[in-house]
Amino acid sequence: MNYCSLSLQRTIDHLLMSPNFKRPRKILSPPPVKGFKPYGPDLGGENGEPVMLLFEEYEALRLCDYDMLNHHHASQEMGVSRPTFTRIYASVRQKIARAFVEGRQITVEGGKVYFDSGWYHCASCTCLFNNPEMEPEVTSCPLCGSKDVGTSDALPENAYIYPGSEDVCVCPACGMEIKHQPGRPCGQQICPSCNTRMKRKGKPGCRK
Amino acid sequence: MKIAITSTGNSPESTLDQRFGRCSYFVVYDTESGATEFIPNPNKNAEDSAGSGSLQLLTSRKVSKIVSGEFGSKIKDTLDRMKIQLIVLRKPEKTISQIIELLDHAKNK
Repeated sequence: MNYCSLSLQRTIDHLLMSPNFKRPRKILSPPPVKGFKPYGPDLGGENGEPVMLLFEEYEALRLCDYDMLNHHHASQEMGVSRPTFTRIYASVRQKIARAFVEGRQITVEGGKVYFDSGWYHCASCTCLFNNPEMEPEVTSCPLCGSKDVGTSDALPENAYIYPGSEDVCVCPACGMEIKHQPGRPCGQQICPSCNTRMKRKGKPGCRK
Repeated sequence: MKIAITSTGNSPESTLDQRFGRCSYFVVYDTESGATEFIPNPNKNAEDSAGSGSLQLLTSRKVSKIVSGEFGSKIKDTLDRMKIQLIVLRKPEKTISQIIELLDHAKNK
């Protein structure tokens, strides 16, 4: 197969394969500034295109190098898997290095994110809501009126799981299924009924 | 007080639409009079800025809360500034009448 037909084959493969769903990244708050500018005698004004950091990349840098979390814990904070987090983090390191070396501006914008500040969670109807008025303080759920509300920091771990994701951990011994949590390998999940290590559904070594 | 709910159809038995900007119908529920109004969403198949278009529709009806499954990243800042409360309900199986029942229940508490 020559190079041309190989690249054509790749394009067809790419079209046939449905890409994985991109999970929205959870961000605590947007950065305090919109970007950074270099200064110095050699820079006669604008030096080329600015380097664009995505919000999720800023958040990865903040969690990892400012809050000193490891990749595993930081990925759980952002609601993505550990390998995805590492890719985001590698990308931000590369971009910042490029901005430093080439003397470019840095702007922070965009990305598939949602912000986590100021959200409340109701335990009885499982809804999330915010309080744009700030005053008075939230005491009851606006939807069901339950008093059982808390800030979203105190959320149960699975509250952020996106309803579109169909990843399921399955027990190879008894066949019990629980929803997969991003950032937590299925092999570390213990089956609640028979205490066996679980596996990802659809992977070899598990029941149908 | 008026509350907007995103709906998949134009009857009280339709379920909650999980999208805000591109939902099929908006239900505007008036908690004072108990009246509901079904508005077809003109931005359902919009290429872009469906969220802000839908928001204009709702602000013209002076809603103060919006119930939906998901809000886009652009819309939250705007809604915060307009002091409109967002309620995110990740339960696509809930019908409009069930949600209105919940809201009534909350009001009477």
